[in-house]
Formats: sequence, C-alpha cells, structure tokens
Amino acid sequence: MSKPLLEIKDLHVAIDGTEILHGIDLTINAGEVHAIMGTNGSGKSTLTKAIAGHPDYTVTSGDIVYEGKSILEAEPEDRACAGIFLAFQYPVEIPGVSNMYFLRAALNAQRKARGEAEASGAEFLALIKEKAKLMDIDAGLLNRSVNEGFSGGEKKRNEILQLAVLAPTLAVLDETDSGLDIDALKTVATGVNSLRSPERSFLLVTHYQRLLNHIQPDFVHVLLDGRIAKSGGKELALELEDKGYAWLEQTV
Amino acid sequence: MSNETIQSLADQEYKHGWTSNIDADQLPPGLNESVVRAISAKKKEPEWLLEWRLKAYRHWLTMTEPTWQKPTYPKIDYQGIIYYSAPKKKKEVTSLDEVDPELLETFEKLGISLDEQKRLTGVAVDAVFDSVSVKTTFREELSKQGIIFCSFSEAVTDHPDLVRKHLGSVVPYTDNFFATLNSAVFSDGSFCYIPPGVRCPMELSTYFRINSAGTGQFERTLLIADEGAYVSYLEGCTAPQRDENQLHAAVVELVALKGGHIKYSTVQNWYPGDKDGKGGVFNFVTKRGIAHENAKVSWTQVETGSAITWKYPSCILKGDNSVGEFYSVAVTRDYQMADTGTKMIHIGKNTKSTIISKGISGGHGDQSYRGLVKIMKGASGARNYSACDSLLLGDKCGAHTFPYIESHNASAVIEHEASTSKISDEQVFFLRQRGLSEEDAVSMIVNGFCKDVLSELPMEFAVEAQKLLGLKLEGAVG
Repeated sequence: MSKPLLEIKDLHVAIDGTEILHGIDLTINAGEVHAIMGTNGSGKSTLTKAIAGHPDYTVTSGDIVYEGKSILEAEPEDRACAGIFLAFQYPVEIPGVSNMYFLRAALNAQRKARGEAEASGAEFLALIKEKAKLMDIDAGLLNRSVNEGFSGGEKKRNEILQLAVLAPTLAVLDETDSGLDIDALKTVATGVNSLRSPERSFLLVTHYQRLLNHIQPDFVHVLLDGRIAKSGGKELALELEDKGYAWLEQTV
Repeated sequence: MSNETIQSLADQEYKHGWTSNIDADQLPPGLNESVVRAISAKKKEPEWLLEWRLKAYRHWLTMTEPTWQKPTYPKIDYQGIIYYSAPKKKKEVTSLDEVDPELLETFEKLGISLDEQKRLTGVAVDAVFDSVSVKTTFREELSKQGIIFCSFSEAVTDHPDLVRKHLGSVVPYTDNFFATLNSAVFSDGSFCYIPPGVRCPMELSTYFRINSAGTGQFERTLLIADEGAYVSYLEGCTAPQRDENQLHAAVVELVALKGGHIKYSTVQNWYPGDKDGKGGVFNFVTKRGIAHENAKVSWTQVETGSAITWKYPSCILKGDNSVGEFYSVAVTRDYQMADTGTKMIHIGKNTKSTIISKGISGGHGDQSYRGLVKIMKGASGARNYSACDSLLLGDKCGAHTFPYIESHNASAVIEHEASTSKISDEQVFFLRQRGLSEEDAVSMIVNGFCKDVLSELPMEFAVEAQKLLGLKLEGAVG
C-alpha cells in the first residue's frame, strides 16, 4: 500500500487579491506520476507556485499537506529542503554565478538542513558528471553562469539536471516540454524516467499530450478555470488530444 | 559634530570596551599656521617638510570646499577639529570573553580567524600568537630583499631622500581642497619602497607594519615600485571599524617606475551611521598613481562602509605602453551615499586602461559612478574599456552614472558600457526553491554581479569580501 505524499485539500489561491484556484483537491501517493493538463490561464502554473511556496501566491483557504504535515507556513527553502522540487517554466538567469557553484551550494544547503554530511568537492564532481552525462549536458555548460546565454532547450535540460542532482521526493515540472524540439523532449523524458522510483512522485504540468507519450503518467487531471474538471488514467490525455479542451468545457 | 553625535560615539566606545583616555599629548582644536608648525615639531620633521606643509596650508586658505559632488553633507567646522593627538592605545583586554559579543558575532560571520579577532579587539597577545615576533620575521624577510615598509614618520627620518623626491609628485599639495588640507596636517601613514627588479614576496598590509597606530584622520601613504618591481598592497579590513573622527581625508600616492607594477586593494567598512544616516564617517580620499613606461597601476576597491564615500582612485598613464586598471564595488544602503569612480589620464603612446565599476544600492542608498577618461594629444593608440553596472535592491535607492570622455587623439579607441538592473523576486525565489535561504540567495546574486571585481582581489581578501557583501545586504532587499 502506498501512502499519500502530497494531499491538496480544497485549495483556494489568489494573486494580488484575484482568486485563481477555486478549490483544488488532489492526492499524490508515493511513487505515482500525475499529469495536470489544461489551457492557458486555467491555473496550472499557479498550482505549482503554491506548492513551492512562492510569496506572491496567497493561499486563501484549504491546505497543502506534505508527508502528513501542512506546509502552508513553511518558507520556500524549507519546502525545498523537505524534498519538494519545482522545475520552472521560465528558468531565470543568475549572471556571474557558475552553474556548478550554484548546484553545489543548493545541494549542500539541503543536506545541511536535513542533518546530512555536505558533499565534498570530489564527491560533488563525481555526482554532477554522472548526472550531466545522463542529461547530455557538456562540461562547458556547467562552468557557465546559471542559465545565462543558454538556449531554451539547454535551460530546460539544466532544470532536469538540478532535479537529478538534488534528488527530491516530489518533483513538480511546470511545462518543461514547452519550446522543446523532439530530441530535447526525448532527453528530458529519459532524464525524468530514470529518476522514477517507488519513493519519488511527479506532478507534470503540460499543455500537450506529446510529453505523456514519453513519460507515462498514472493519472491525468484536467484543470479548467481554477478547478479540476476531470480526472482519469493516461487514456484521458489521448481523449483530450482527440477532442480538445472545448469538449470538456461543454460537459462541465 | 553635534553634541548628540559626540555623545553617541562616546557611548559606542564604551559599549565596545575601549577606553578613551584624555591624552595630555594633544593640540587644542583649530587650525592655523602655528598648529601646522606644532604638528611638524612634534614629529621632529626636517625643515623642508615643514616648509611643504606650510605651503600647503597657505594654499588651502585660498581654496573653497567643492560642491559639485552628488552627496550633500552638513558643513564641516574645520576649526572644531583636533589636528594632532599622539597615537592612542586601545585598552588591552585579557580575553575575547570581555569583548562585545555582537562584534564577535560579526567576526564569526566574516570568518575572521581567532588570532585576527584578538588583534582587532586589542586582546593582549599571548604565547600562541606573538604578533611582535611575527611582524619582526616579516620585516626581516622584506629587508633582506631591500624592501622598505614602515610608517610614514619613520620613512621621513630614515629615508628622507626617497620621501622628498616622491612626496607630492603624484598628488601635489595644490591638488584639491581635501588633499591640500591633508598635505598641511597629515598625521602618519604608510611608506613602501620596492627596489628595482624585486617582486615583493607577500601581500603587504598595515597589519605587518610595526608601530602601526590606529587609523588616522589625515593619513598619507606613499608607495614606490622601482624599475621592474612588483608589489601588492592591501588597505583596510572587512571588520567593522568605528572611529571618533567623522572626516577622513587621506591621500595615497603610487609611483610605478619603468616596468613597475603596483596592485592596490582596499576593503573599506567604516561606520556608516545609524539607520537614519547620522554619525557615519565621511571618507573623502585622494588616491592617484603614476605609471611610467611599461608600468602598471591597478586599483581594486570594495567600499561598503562610511556615510559618504567620495573618491576617485586614478591613474596617470605617463609612460608609453603603461596600463591602468580600476575595479570597484560600492555598496550603499540605509542612507549611505557614494560618489566614486576613477580618472584615467592617457599621456603615453599605446597606453591602456580598464574600468569595471559595480554599484549596489539598497534602502535609501544613493550612488554615482563618476569617471573621466582623458586621451592627451600624444597618446596615439590609447585604448580604454569601461563598464559600469548598477544593481538596485528595492525602489527607494538610486544609481547614477556620469562618464566623462575627452579624446584629443583620433587613433584612440574608447568603449563605454553601462547597465542598471534590479534583483528580481523571481531570481530570489528560484534560489530559495533550490534550498538556499533568502539571505544566501541575495548574497549569491550580488556576488555573481560583482564577480569581475572580486576576482581581482587577493584570494583571502576576496573570500572575506564576499562574506562582507552578504552581511552588508542582510535585510536590504524589499
């Protein structure tokens, strides 16, 4: 029996006083892969930001329970150290800070928070080499400033590299597939699939069914206007692809 | 200074466990010719130096305080300043337990070693760390190579010819209001001479100078790298420095003879005043270097303290193929102000200069980059590259750039780039999402912004400076 890792209960979220999510219920058990689909503006990104604790997103009612505890009061870094990872739709640039330096600082901050030994230089180097190979990222990219001058595909692959290095318990991917060509999409999917395990859960946010050909979800939810309009198995994604979102709007 | 300021400074001194003995050996406040004579007499100076001071004083009387700068400050009462007092000794305490815990916490955050902490807080030296013997060892090591490194006063006594030849050769006594005042009344400072062809084997800092008294109000520093010599000199430290003197008007002169190379690094963290900006140090310093043929003068500064920082470390590129560099990070927060930059005066042929300036403003901080690149008629093939970047934290601070370019030679190539950016909430959130605290996130972004400058600092200094920047910006974003 798998136990719930993340329980989202009647979640209402607002930005600048405007409510975007109007009561989301979602439970993700350990080891499961859930996909959230929906049109632009349906609240997909808002849901990911609320889970990660972005300060601009206010939870007005409801709860987010992670590993049995409410995390609404937890700072973003505390959530990260507890094992929640968000792959950003638009990864930001940090000029002057090398990718390697940043990743090691992040890994060690998390290890320290969990009371684990920090990674030594040699240990970290071995780890990042292995993961970079997996994500088809060359050494040059590791020494460049975080995301600065990276192509769209490089930025997304860099997000998955961070995911691989930080090895979270819950990985939330916000439209990681958008803007990727088919080869980059395959690389990203390979990276994600290699990280699947009975202890690790995924929440994939996507527009298109395309990604789900490469990463097979256990469950698919369709978000419409701040509510989950329909949930089902992976066949729901195919049905959506076939009939379009308008089909759901009519049935709701 | 108001009574209130004096009182608060007096309280602070008490807080830090230092005594302020009323020293019998000090002149009454005020400035006139007899004060200048008295200073010179106290220091047993030769006649020529007294004459030089007097010329400076008389010239100063004809000058008016400049008003073109951006920062404004209350009128300074030059007759209210005590121009000479014998170096005071800090009260010796026997262990770090007696030192203000807040100060120790700051040291801890900066990663300053225990020995260094003891030195900074005036803890009596013990058998483990006999600073006198350490200093003596350094001095012997240096003198073996013919390097002279001593206080300015010692140099006047022991090496009068060198001092006389170079004093005022880069910053003449007529130079500007504050430098001229300094020339008339300077107390002490550092002197360094590196003989031809010698590469100074260690980073020099006042730390290793025997008899170094506390920071003076009117310091005078003179460094000379003879032909083909090299020296790297460190000024200041990352530890917070408080001073009862509000006005600091120092002069630094660097002379790099043919093929000589001087690298001068500063980390300044003087008292910036309270949250409302009251009581901080005015740091009005004149720094200039001259580079002869094939010589190089390089300034690196990390300015984080003072209520007002007003300085333009400059290079006169006199000799052909000489090189000037200026790398600067200035931080202003709360009500701090900075008007800083550099002047690169290209005189020789094929002279090259590089200016990299990084300004960081938070709170109500306000700063200006002001720089002059001047290419003289004979400076064929001169090149300059300038990049001035400003980073704003919050929306009540300001950043301004005033680049002045004068070119009198058509073959010169001058490039100037400027940018202003804000730390974005998205950058901070991204780093926090990866597990870094908000403070570490800001510190990482700021250090990345300053990387090109920090990488110019000597290794250990750079590490301390990075931590200092993080500390300085705690709670400054928003």
